[in-house]
Amino acid sequence: MPDTRTPPPLPPSFAVWFASRGWQPHRHQLEVLAAHEDTLLIAPTGGGKTLAGFLPSLVDLAEGYVGLHTLYVSPLKALSKDIARNLRAPVDEIGLDLRIEDRTGDTSSSQRRRQRVDPPQILLTTPESLALMLSYPEAPKIFAGVRRVVLDEIHALAESKRGDQLMLGVARLRSLSPGLTVTGLSATVEAPQALAGFMGGARVIEADPGPPPDIAMLPTERPAPWAGGGGRHAARDVMAAIEDARLSLVFLNTRAQAELFFQALWEVNDKALPIGLHHGSLSREARHKVEEAMATGALRAVVCTGSLDLGLDWGDVDLVLQVGAPKNVKRLVQRIGRANHRYDEPSRARIVAANRFEVVECAAALEAVREGDLDGGGRRWRGPLDVLCQHILLTACAGLFEADTLYEEVRHAGPYTSLPRADFDDCLEFCATGGYALRAYDRWQRLLERDGKWQLRDPRAARDLRMNIGTITETEKLKVRRKSRRGGTPLGEVEEGFAASLTPGDTFLIGGQVVRYEGLREMIVEVTDAATREPKIAVFSGLKMATSLELSQRVQRLIASPEDWDQLPPDTRDWLALQCEISTLPAPGTLTCESFLRGGRAFFCLYGFAGRNAHQTLALLLTHRMEQAGLGPLGFVATDYALLIWSVDPVEDPAPLLSAEGLRDGLRDWLESNAVMKRAFRSVATIAGLIQRNLPGQRKSGKQATFSSDILYDTLRRYDPDHLLLRITREEANRGLVDFDRIEEMLAQASEIVHIRAPHVTPLAAPLLLEHGQVGIRGGTGEARLMEEEAQAMMREAGLA
Amino acid sequence: MREITFSGVRLIAQPSGALYWPEQGALIVADLHLGKSARMARRGGALLPPFETLDTVARLEAEVARIGPRRLISLGDTFDDDRAAGEIAPEISARLSALAARIETVWIAGNHDPVGLGRAVEDMRLGPLTLRHIAGAGPDVSGHYHPKAKIARRSHRAFLVGGDHLILPAFGTYTGGLDCDGPELRALVGPGIAVLTGPGMPVRPIGQSAARQSR
Repeated sequence: MPDTRTPPPLPPSFAVWFASRGWQPHRHQLEVLAAHEDTLLIAPTGGGKTLAGFLPSLVDLAEGYVGLHTLYVSPLKALSKDIARNLRAPVDEIGLDLRIEDRTGDTSSSQRRRQRVDPPQILLTTPESLALMLSYPEAPKIFAGVRRVVLDEIHALAESKRGDQLMLGVARLRSLSPGLTVTGLSATVEAPQALAGFMGGARVIEADPGPPPDIAMLPTERPAPWAGGGGRHAARDVMAAIEDARLSLVFLNTRAQAELFFQALWEVNDKALPIGLHHGSLSREARHKVEEAMATGALRAVVCTGSLDLGLDWGDVDLVLQVGAPKNVKRLVQRIGRANHRYDEPSRARIVAANRFEVVECAAALEAVREGDLDGGGRRWRGPLDVLCQHILLTACAGLFEADTLYEEVRHAGPYTSLPRADFDDCLEFCATGGYALRAYDRWQRLLERDGKWQLRDPRAARDLRMNIGTITETEKLKVRRKSRRGGTPLGEVEEGFAASLTPGDTFLIGGQVVRYEGLREMIVEVTDAATREPKIAVFSGLKMATSLELSQRVQRLIASPEDWDQLPPDTRDWLALQCEISTLPAPGTLTCESFLRGGRAFFCLYGFAGRNAHQTLALLLTHRMEQAGLGPLGFVATDYALLIWSVDPVEDPAPLLSAEGLRDGLRDWLESNAVMKRAFRSVATIAGLIQRNLPGQRKSGKQATFSSDILYDTLRRYDPDHLLLRITREEANRGLVDFDRIEEMLAQASEIVHIRAPHVTPLAAPLLLEHGQVGIRGGTGEARLMEEEAQAMMREAGLA
Repeated sequence: MREITFSGVRLIAQPSGALYWPEQGALIVADLHLGKSARMARRGGALLPPFETLDTVARLEAEVARIGPRRLISLGDTFDDDRAAGEIAPEISARLSALAARIETVWIAGNHDPVGLGRAVEDMRLGPLTLRHIAGAGPDVSGHYHPKAKIARRSHRAFLVGGDHLILPAFGTYTGGLDCDGPELRALVGPGIAVLTGPGMPVRPIGQSAARQSR
């Protein structure tokens, strides 16, 4: 039971320090200090959450301690850096003698070696770096004395496999140091108890939520454009808001948008205010520079993406500007939390919609914030087995282990408490022999069992396994450098697919400047400065965000209710009216589709408002049926609101394509052979250690890439359909990737199908044409026709046909 | 299927990556790389699904059954390496022997040399053409490079047909590929065409001026 009546007094030196700052310790800070068990602190940003997490450690450390005492884990490297800096002040002022260091992917190898021999009292790290440290044979020695673990931004970690990996790591820590206490720090969430369960059980401490935020749309002089993102039309209005504030954070939803907006801001920065740019594609050096400048108060604004999203404790920020619709309400609330870290003042935030569709989304989001309606969103299911496979392999890297002991240990991790032994054994079998029905690999096991203890057959394999740590399976990134004889300045990174689409002479934006693509050399994208201000290719795909279902449905209700449009700016009302004129408004209870031609392709757009996963599945099923009907589908893109399919021939009548029975027929068989499943498999196979991402020397050889994971998937499906990795892939698909239930629900609720043949692209469909994440249909008749056309063009051009 | 004329010889490229020579009744395949996953595993690499050998042999049997050639010619790298040849599963060698018992079978030696299955020869003369593993003095038909070609950003295994050399794609299931627009293959094959495997087997030029090569 929480005992809040008699919080222990702070040691005098701490009380003096609080008083010297003119502060009173918050009630929840004292509660965390008093607790003897694991705790989960839920507090809005600015509630002194981080200090609360560290207070018990600092009080403990005041008496002196040799070795590693507190391990702090956060999702972002930048966060570790920031915490190290912010913690230094109270530590020095209270007069504590202790070392605080961070350990991330950026830490130098000499520093890492030193940390292994002589660890600091407080070590700040990320889930991946923790997994790496735990994979070394020295791990038991390093972590044996750990007393406390602080898990920051645990609400963010819990939503992905990084959180599962982290909790497995914490379970390992508990074995290495049985007395340790864990404190989770979380922003406001819908279900605190579920999050505590994710931690393996913890006492929930909720801080006073503070006053409601001051949040509104930023009025703009010019209306939002018809389509597109980026909010460049509002650059002057945003600049004016920045001028009026002390320090502003300007959030954009993707890196490309951040680049463009940063450029647009500088064009109207008449007073030459210092403004920085921060996003995940920038080089480490560039990001550090901005972080340092911000911490020293040298900047007036930072244009950023999710890379700065998580609670950086920069108390001077007094305004958050969100450019582009916040994709879910929870994220919006958390971003607002960045502003004004004084607890008793409302946070101030302004939203700028980037296009007219987003105006609607912003209005819906504001309505949701006013009603305190946080979307559920957070995923919670039993821990995924691919992450467990990686954990088993890394455990083997650290030394001998017994299967029974490891199984018991794993079940102390919240996500794996109900892990059946059979599943564990399957994972162990996969790690040891590949787990194939064909027993051919017994001879070449990766793990061996000797005298009841498991170990790596070849200890040299540990290097490859360590290089593949982590559960983020993003596409390959290539470094971008300015061309020069001596290396050249690193500018940032772009995705491999983007680099492959460039031809010499193309210009694009990175690091706020326009550069010219010169060529690819040894996996480095070489560029030169371009004289132009207007990049030819403005976009490289950044982080793609999903809108919550709750928000999607609010958006549909708002679009379909002209009587509520008075909360929208006039131009948006006009835009929706235009949609009404050219086509129709997709009303709840109907299934509204549009067909139009554009650029020699037939487009079919369906407004389902059922979330991206459901739309993606529906698009896959529809393209399959279109293939059967001979329409030659070429590709599709799915968003949270709608899906768009393009094909050689147009859809004349959607009704037969959309019959629920037709869609259900052969769903399983066909779904298993589609591109989305293959993508899921690639991710599962990478995490579980079947495909290696980072083989030493592999990238350099320039020789063809290893194996197509698609071929591995097809081979497994044909010869070993019950293989563990296929089971995991299917399970993930059923969990949301496929979301067929929602499609059925959508079809059942739609009393009629409305099909409009529009003369051209419609106002609502326009944004879809600009969406990233387009999926091509491979191996179909459409592709064959397209390739044949292109091949003939090439032959004609070469004078061969 | 795509008909190709190379050095005056009429050949038929199959979507599977095999090449059929009707006049000689010869079915030609390259780079089966049997035993690849086993070699990877033996060297401590990833434990890939060990079904590719089965799959490659099954596809080869299917081609023989469908086309009905008088002879089968494998252009080398039949096995991924010597040990792969030695460690081949009894079931697989039985199926290969059965194949060799039905029709004349020629195993040309590759650089990952197979220990002979039937006749293993360095090269072979057939009509006006030489069949060998790595392209040499033309006109010849060879393998080794695992060529691939891209059209409209989609990449498929491909037959490369130049003036002196016809290079087959790899037939094995787990074989990667080398882009025909890379310097090595451009220099070797010169101007000519690529016939892609996969849907529709489209044909595109290769070894042209640099302008269009990255499409």
